[in-house]
Amino acid sequence: MSNSEIFIAFYTILRREIRRFTRIWPQTLLPPAITMSLYFAIFGNLIGSRIGQMGGFSYMQYIVPGLIMMSVITNSYSNVSSSFFSAKFQHSIQELLVSPTPNWVILVGYVLGGVARGLFVGAIVTVLSLFFTHLHLQNLFLTIAVVCLTAIMFSLGGFVNAIYARNFDDVSIVPTFILTPLTYLGGVFYSIDLLPSFWQHVSLLNPVLYMVNAFRYGILGVSDINVYMALVIVGIFIVVLFTFGLHLLNKGKGIRN
Amino acid sequence: MTYAIEISDLKKRYEGGFEALKGINLNVEKGDFFALLGPNGAGKSTTIGILCSLVNKTSGKVSIFGADIDKDFAKAKQYLGVVPQEFNFNVFETVFNVVVTQAGFYGISNRVAEERAEKYLKQLDLWDKKDVQSRMLSGGMKRRLMIARALIHEPEVLILDEPTAGVDIELRRSMWEFIKNLNEQGTTIILTTHYLEEAEQLCRNIAIINSGQIVENTSVKALLKTLNQETFILDLDQPVSDDWHVDGYSTKLSKDLSTIEVEVIKGQSINHIFKALDEAGVNVISMRNKSNRLEELFVKLIKG
Repeated sequence: MSNSEIFIAFYTILRREIRRFTRIWPQTLLPPAITMSLYFAIFGNLIGSRIGQMGGFSYMQYIVPGLIMMSVITNSYSNVSSSFFSAKFQHSIQELLVSPTPNWVILVGYVLGGVARGLFVGAIVTVLSLFFTHLHLQNLFLTIAVVCLTAIMFSLGGFVNAIYARNFDDVSIVPTFILTPLTYLGGVFYSIDLLPSFWQHVSLLNPVLYMVNAFRYGILGVSDINVYMALVIVGIFIVVLFTFGLHLLNKGKGIRN
Repeated sequence: MTYAIEISDLKKRYEGGFEALKGINLNVEKGDFFALLGPNGAGKSTTIGILCSLVNKTSGKVSIFGADIDKDFAKAKQYLGVVPQEFNFNVFETVFNVVVTQAGFYGISNRVAEERAEKYLKQLDLWDKKDVQSRMLSGGMKRRLMIARALIHEPEVLILDEPTAGVDIELRRSMWEFIKNLNEQGTTIILTTHYLEEAEQLCRNIAIINSGQIVENTSVKALLKTLNQETFILDLDQPVSDDWHVDGYSTKLSKDLSTIEVEVIKGQSINHIFKALDEAGVNVISMRNKSNRLEELFVKLIKG
């Protein structure tokens, strides 16, 4: 295929992915908007006002970056895992497999579809947060870089999950038992300075902690960890997951007999 | 000579150890209307799956118009259009989007894709359904949608895997007219079907696969010539006597003596039967084969 044909194939996958999550917006865009509004109202306003300051900011201001990042992580992950698994389940993935579209284009198309949903939901949650507090951006470039890289990383994770999934339960196991605990324990609601020394060290093994803190640093200018270390970690995860995902596609794991 | 499809020593062993293909060799000529027949589990779908890159082969070589499916997969895939047995489109997409999206996967621009989608959806009587979600279509419409989708990149070879399964007679006929036209315009057609009369009427060449091996690969004409015996059923305008027979022929009378089953061996003429009936003052009002000729050969070949 020529470069222009490859671009058309990529754009077709991306357009279809965006069309999918916007068509089913009551399932994809509305729930995070409602959930995060509740978090802002209950944790930020009601409980947060009694907690006082954290990291030099009001509790509401402190948790907003974490909650935006939580939305980005869960939505980019679940978009790719559910979309790719549905394509496998309905066999519509065969439309792509019989075509000359290279495997790396299939992977990039699905991943950027997940990134699009993650960023779309992130933008909705950001706008909603402005009804509860004001945000000032410390470092726009870093904020955008961190949110995009995180969305890419979790979209790749969702893709690998979908490749291995044999039924719909397999699609929900990782988000429920791995992703949610990592996110809740990843410094969304608290600074790890509050933890005993042992648990602080354990927390450093959680990759979500780095992303949440790097994003918070971009917005508020405070972080529990070294921001550049966070970017390196996310970069390594992206390279590893992309290589692994492409290897699985080339092998035909779960999609070719 | 470059064939449309060249398969040499193709083997497939599934993970459980089942050997679906035991080294098949097969060539399909350009412009052919080719039938790949075989009982369930014989290896037809595995062969087609390998051609379409949906099944990984264990060993062997497959080329489509000279393009090796391993070394030059993008070119090989451009040549091929596939209409699978199972519905495999996104059921929540509209009919129009299913076809246009498929074009995008082949690198076809949106403008060209929309023009072609209109052309093929109109030819297949689906244009008035273009904005309907594909899950709302009837079974026959879904099958036609898959044909339109397979043609959107205007392939040189069209593979149809059981395309008329569950389709009513009228629709089946119109579908075959459409496919015959495509073939006349130069598209190579490869067909698998359980309706052997379809294969007999439509196809020029044929391969029969059984237990992962090609047991016959010839022209339909040549295959039918090997038939040693045919059984005809004659419906009469009045009963014959219960001891009616013609020397040299095996005949069987129905209970009401108004229908005769005659076995005609290769080289014999059926004229003797007509003559004997004429002498008895009985007219033949209709005549038919007891079973499809190809079906008789198929059963014989499969049973070994």
